[in-house]
Amino acid sequence: MDHLDEFLENPWVNGILGLLAVLVLIILVVLALIYIERKFLARIQMRLGPMRTGPYGLLQSLADAIKLLAKEDLRPARADRWVFELAPYAVFVPGFLAFVAIPFTRNWAVSFLELGLFYVVAVTGLSFVGLLMAGWASDNKYALLGGMRAAAQLISYEIPLVLALVAVSMVAGTLNLREMVEAQGRVPLVVWQPLAFFIFMAAALSELERQPFDIPTAESEVVGGPYIEYSGIRWSMFFLTSYANLFLYSLLGAAVFLGGWDWFLGRDAGPWLQALWMAGKTTFLILVFMWARGTFPRLRIDQLMSLCWKVLLPLAFLQIFLSGLVLVHGWPDWALLLTSGAGLLAAAYIVWAAVRPRPLAVREAVASGSVA
Amino acid sequence: MAVEHDLETMEIPVNMGPQHPSTHGVFRMVLKVDGERVVELVPHIGYLHRGAEKLCENMDYRQGIGIHDRTEYLAPFHAELALVIAVEKLMGLEVPERAEQIRIIMAELNRITSHMMFVGAFSADAGVFGTAFTYAFREREYIQDIFEEVTGDRTMYGYFRPGGLAWDVPDDFVERVRAVLEHTRQGIDDIDNLLTKNEVFMARTRGIGAMSAEEAIDWGLSGPMLRACGVRHDLRKAQPYCIYDRFDFDVPVGQYGDVYDRYLVRLEEMRQSVRIVEQALEGLRDGPIMPKKMRRRLRTPPGEIYQGVEAPRGEYGVYIVSDGTDKPYRMKIRSACFANLMGLRDMVVGHFVADAVVILGSIDMVLGEVDR
Repeated sequence: MDHLDEFLENPWVNGILGLLAVLVLIILVVLALIYIERKFLARIQMRLGPMRTGPYGLLQSLADAIKLLAKEDLRPARADRWVFELAPYAVFVPGFLAFVAIPFTRNWAVSFLELGLFYVVAVTGLSFVGLLMAGWASDNKYALLGGMRAAAQLISYEIPLVLALVAVSMVAGTLNLREMVEAQGRVPLVVWQPLAFFIFMAAALSELERQPFDIPTAESEVVGGPYIEYSGIRWSMFFLTSYANLFLYSLLGAAVFLGGWDWFLGRDAGPWLQALWMAGKTTFLILVFMWARGTFPRLRIDQLMSLCWKVLLPLAFLQIFLSGLVLVHGWPDWALLLTSGAGLLAAAYIVWAAVRPRPLAVREAVASGSVA
Repeated sequence: MAVEHDLETMEIPVNMGPQHPSTHGVFRMVLKVDGERVVELVPHIGYLHRGAEKLCENMDYRQGIGIHDRTEYLAPFHAELALVIAVEKLMGLEVPERAEQIRIIMAELNRITSHMMFVGAFSADAGVFGTAFTYAFREREYIQDIFEEVTGDRTMYGYFRPGGLAWDVPDDFVERVRAVLEHTRQGIDDIDNLLTKNEVFMARTRGIGAMSAEEAIDWGLSGPMLRACGVRHDLRKAQPYCIYDRFDFDVPVGQYGDVYDRYLVRLEEMRQSVRIVEQALEGLRDGPIMPKKMRRRLRTPPGEIYQGVEAPRGEYGVYIVSDGTDKPYRMKIRSACFANLMGLRDMVVGHFVADAVVILGSIDMVLGEVDR
């Protein structure tokens, strides 16, 4: 037994076992998420969703996975071979690496990093490389369009996402994800920083390429974008990654904004209860993302960019400035809520003002010229 | 300067269709894009050409009804109506009152199913993940059930005959239609709530693909496409056929001629169709559905005639040259979508690729009718 303990104490062994556990967890969660999304969207759309494979279609994801693994792995004759074949890994690895630093409960994470939040946004920021590779190497114009859209979109939205997280980490006073969760023992940060939460959710939707920001993969325009030439196991890796990222951003949102396992159970709850509570909050965010998918049409690439650079980015700076002001002067916490809430109202006004009915002259000017 | 020569940008041609999820059948357009912006568009039609006009010349008038069903396959009642009215006018047939009323009911219900199809497909083009689609198709299903009960077929009805109808409607027809209309009215409101005020939907459709009234008339647009530009032209009012002059309904027109107005016009037309059907149900009396003495072979006197009807997509017209036999010497079909498609290039050039898809969707074409 001593040998076994010693073996397990070895940081390499420990780390590899942790990674394997996370990998298995991701795959299981993704299978579940695919089923949940299909059922949830089906209910939104008055359908039943999968019903035939197993009771209530529970085995549908499994059947799909088997089908995908058994499919032929096609590569277009004129594709750039190595770039094409490595692109799925370049997408999958950053998302997977980010899970390393995510604390699932108070005592369980592969690694509790002192700069956990920084690490997570740093590695997820790499994922666009894979999409660009896929788009470029496929030798397909739709893929190229999609890849370019993905690159532009993911890089742009990285910025408001990071700035929103900067604002909350200022309030929490740390970048360590565990300490951030525990800083929310009394009140979750979503209450103090609603504007940052809004920016985070919008940017996360965009990073996830889900409606209304599914522009790189727009089915009705570029027919899957970078994924168009992929089949079989490589395509399923893209698919796996997109759901793994959904899980990742929901976990991050649950930990950073919704108080993770701490609020309001307190930090003395048992590990299973903590995991369950964390899973509940994560599921809530996942369902919000899915709800958006079932409701919204898709934005256009220029509208997406102007939302990012003209709305989210200034608001994120505003949020940082306001939070900084409150923190420097040591004003009470409710001042945070007041300032951030005002910012949220400003965001709502901007969105409303952009689409409200306008007098005829303005509309005609938009209609006759090209929309820049 | 050498660098600039190495890195020159170019416009790439992108082939959209005939196999593309949002070309609604087998339409093909070649876009030349500068980045995301469309600088040139060349439409290619003819993939669904089946020689409908020539086929009709080798069949007698009753057999031709089936061919007309298959040209305008989303609104077959209107296509049949154009043919049978043309033949009736050539022969000088009197249509019994009951048959006229049932024709109106069927044609207007068909307008609702056709516009529902538009709403579903169009919202999918704009990027709604199937939600509006399923809501629209639910309403369509209820009405198609009625069609099936009456005609024995869900899509290819073959129900109208020169002189009247093939057979009478079922006994509980009036109650059934009333019950479905209640549902339809609710369904139209559901779609209205889901899409009309949706910020993203408005951002994607307003000011896109706009045409002035003069341009629309020059291109020969008809139906909702023309009315969205503000031209109050509806064949049901302008050249009343059947007994449309006895009904009380409004002709909705748009203000800006953009994609959003086309959607609004169609939405309102569905409401007006419900009104017309209700009035027709009020006026439905027992009686014959065919003139007393109908010959087994329908010989038309020599001559020629053009009859247009206000089909859901615009003016569907039938031009017949008769040489005194039971078959047309020449039959020409005036296709609404063919004319509506002609303006596509002018509408799209200068917009984004994503807009091209939405504009194409707003034309609501039926390739069977375009290619004939």
